[in-house]
Parts: sequence; C-alpha cells; structure tokens
Amino acid sequence: MLKLQGIHWSTPEGEEILKGIDLDIPEKELTVITGPNGGGKTSLAKMIAGIYTPSAGKIELDGQDITNWNVTERAKAGIAYAFQQPVRFKGLTVRDLLELSAGANIEEAKLCGMLSTVGLCAQEYINRSVDSSLSGGESKRIEIATVLNRKGASLLVFDEPEAGIDLWSFGKLTEAFERLKAEGSRSIVIISHQERIMEIADNIAVIANGRVRTFGKRADILPELLYGEKQPFCPVAGTKKEVC
Amino acid sequence: MNIITEKLLSIVSDWDGKFKGAFNIREDSSCAARQNSENIKIENKEGKPGIVVRVSGKAKGETVFIPACVTKSGIDDLVYNDFYIGEGADVIVVAGCGVHSDGEEEARHNGIHRFFIGKNARVVYREKHIGTGEGTGAKRIDPVTEITMEQGAYMEMDTSQIGGVTSSDRRTTAHLAAEAKLIIRERLLTDGTQTAKSDFVVTLDGDDSGVDLISRSVAKGNSVQEYRSVIEGNCRCTGHSECDAILAGNGIVNAAPALNAHHIDASLIHEAAIGKIAGEQIIKLCTLGLTEEEAEQKIIEGFLK
Repeated sequence: MLKLQGIHWSTPEGEEILKGIDLDIPEKELTVITGPNGGGKTSLAKMIAGIYTPSAGKIELDGQDITNWNVTERAKAGIAYAFQQPVRFKGLTVRDLLELSAGANIEEAKLCGMLSTVGLCAQEYINRSVDSSLSGGESKRIEIATVLNRKGASLLVFDEPEAGIDLWSFGKLTEAFERLKAEGSRSIVIISHQERIMEIADNIAVIANGRVRTFGKRADILPELLYGEKQPFCPVAGTKKEVC
Repeated sequence: MNIITEKLLSIVSDWDGKFKGAFNIREDSSCAARQNSENIKIENKEGKPGIVVRVSGKAKGETVFIPACVTKSGIDDLVYNDFYIGEGADVIVVAGCGVHSDGEEEARHNGIHRFFIGKNARVVYREKHIGTGEGTGAKRIDPVTEITMEQGAYMEMDTSQIGGVTSSDRRTTAHLAAEAKLIIRERLLTDGTQTAKSDFVVTLDGDDSGVDLISRSVAKGNSVQEYRSVIEGNCRCTGHSECDAILAGNGIVNAAPALNAHHIDASLIHEAAIGKIAGEQIIKLCTLGLTEEEAEQKIIEGFLK
C-alpha cells in the first residue's frame, strides 16, 4: 500500500525532525502511529499527504513513486488527510467543504448522516461558515467528516482525531473508525495517543525522536507499550503507564 | 428593451423575462417599463431625472424592482430615486445596475438613492453592480445612498460589485432614530487596473439604535480599493463594523475605519483584517483534490458569497 523508505526531513530552520523513517502501511488495515510529543508523527503525516517533501528517501503508493508529487496529485491518487488543527474559512460553509470533499452536490439527508457520524446535530451545522464561530471540537469533527467522506480515497490519514473532542463524541468517533475498519475497503492511518483507538488498531507504529522505534501487530505491541519495560515514552513515577 | 438590457437584468436583478409586482426598468437614461402594485406606487420625480417610490404601510413581504442599465458607451446616466416607506411596511427593494460598453467612450451610471423609512418599517435593499462588454471605454458606477430611519425601523442593505466595473465611488450615509437597526453587507471584487472607493458614515442618534456594517472585498491584479467607514455614536447605541479584505496578485487595499463615541453608553466595535489567502487554506482544499488555482477561486467565491 504505502511504503516509506529512509525518509528524512528538516525544518526550514535546519532542525532534523525525521531521521530515516522506514515504514510499510498495510493495505485495508488500521494502523495507529503513536509516540511522544515532538517525535515526528505529525511531520510524518504531512509527509504522506504531500504537504512536506522529504530531503531524502522514497515514498511509494501501490508501487508508484509519489515522493515528488504535490498535495493535489496525492489527493487525486487517493490520499485523504485530516489536519490536527482544522483550517478555518470565512465564507465557506460546512456544506461547501463536504461537497468539495465528496466531489458532488449532496442531498441534505445525506449531509446530515455524514455529520451525525462525527457526533454533530446536522441541521444546525450544514449552512454554518467553517470559521471562528465554531468551537475547536466542532471544527475538528467537521474536519474528520471531510476525510471520512472523501471521494475515491483509498488511504485515510487522521492526525490526532481525538484532540478537542468531548468524551461522548469521541465514543461515536471510535465507533466510526471501527465501522470503517470493518468495511475493509480503505487503509486507515491514525496518529493518536488514545488507548481506545490503539485497541481497535490492526497495527501500531511507535515513532520517537524521528525514527520508527517499533512496528507490528497490535497484540504484540500494545501490551508492551502500556505495561512493558521497553516503553518509548517518558516514565511516570509510581505508574506503569507513560504520558509524555 | 434591448437584448443587452435583458442580459444585464438577469445578472443584477434575477430577471427571468418578467417581474412580479411593482417595477421600474431604466435603460440608457429612459424608462423602459414600469408597473405599480396596490401598495407600491412609482412616479416620475419632478425637476430631476429619476423616480419616487411610495410604499404603503399595508405592503407586507412585497418586492419592488428598480434596476438600471447602461447598454452602450458614451452614456452618462444620472438618476435621483427617492423611496418613502410607510409606517409598518415590510418590503424588498431590488435595485442593481449593469453597465455595458463595446466602444471607446466611457459608460457611466450614477444613482442617488434616498430612503425615508417610517416607524417600525422593514426594508431589505439589494443592490448588485456589474460591468460587461469588450469596449475600451471605462465602465463607471458611482452610487450614493442616503438613509433616514425613524423609530424602530429596520433595514438590511446588501450591496455587491461582482466584476467588470472600471471604477466605482460608493457613498452611503445613514441617520438612525431610537431603536432603529441597520445592517449593511458590502461585497466587492476588483481586478486588473480597476479602482473602487467605499465610504460609509452611519450616525446613531436615537437610544438603542444599532448598526452592523460588514465589508468583504477581494483586490486582484493591480486593482486598488479604498475603504472608509465612520460610526458616530451619539446616544446609548451599538455599532459594529468589520472590514475583511483578501489581496491577490498586486492588489492594494487602503482601509480607514473610524469609531466616534460621543456618549458614555455608546458601545462601538471594529474588526479589520487585510491579507493574502492563508497558505493553510489553500493546502486544505488541495488535500480535497483541488489545484492551487481552483482552491484560490473557491476561497474567494466563499468569502464573497
């Protein structure tokens, strides 16, 4: 599906963030990427979406070299990306964004269904501007809805979808990811620190200090991650969990 | 009416071959068609070119159309239109102006509209301006709107210039009595070497009066826009103005908003933002499969919608 080989990337200021990432994202499975803050997860997600271009390394999608493809080309090739910090627009409405994402006009009933999936009461939101009048949680859920409903997307990448979302909505969101996984038609990558999301993953990759610390099946990785000794996170005194 | 007028009417006043209710169509400085309704009477203005529109207080939810079209170069159309809105009336006024030129000489429409809005009357005023034609002559539209609102009156003014106008000079003044509310929405798009000036002065004279003035504009190419707004708070009142502009290419926007509070209970707010389209907005739409050019166009369309 998606193959990352020796990916390096530095900020414009020269700080090296990704220091040789090697990762194969399996097709039609749910892969969670986790790890400590500042370890390079979001940079990696932006690399997959084409927002960042690697200084070295190669990215292949279904065997095709897409390393130098721009954001639009990757989107058209089937990569959908949900931002960690949703973008605001003065004037563009929720309907506008969902229709752009779906590549077609959408009936109101269907729009309502899309928004309900992410825990929004649809009628109140369809014609609202995606601007600062929306709370962080609301805009986050709309952002996720644009990716869940992307036309022709075969790889969905979500950057910390749980951030800013209340517990009830998070429960609905987790259910949506489970349904998506059960459909088995698309590959899913979720960057997350949430145990509940890791629990529904097929695979888990741990990224720390710009490298893949470990990658494998959930059953092999999660117990070690939560209770094992080889934890990639900062230890917290008196507990077995890591919350760095 | 000639075919250019019909085309312009469809753009500026949603003409689909007929208007329902009262209307007055102005074509190249003459009256092309007019119709009264039971509650809305239109008559010629005495001593000056233009019309007087009298809306009875019995009008509820009625619409009056008063578009003006200039269909050829060499015409300098000046018109004085007065609107007397009766106490308690509820009316929509669809104005709008299209200026077309295929020649080298200037084509111009200058509409001076005065609104006298009675007690507790409600007016929605829509004004859309456009320039069309391949002529090298300038297409100018210089609208003047003067609004006087009595106690409890309400007015929504939606004014837009959607392209093709070489230069415009828009001047709007309003005086509000107690409990009167005025909402102004301006949308402006300039490109090439076009210029546009907007000047709003709203005076809040009566307690609990209020104004909400929102201007959104896009300056593309080498176009230049000048925006000035003044809200005068002379009593217990609320005033809000918001000026947002997007710059593209070498576009220039000069904005000078002003708030003058002359009373301890005047509450006036201003917000302003001028800048190019944020890069992250472009990227977000690119992640949905749009090219950068398509993304920019979509963002501008949404901004001016």
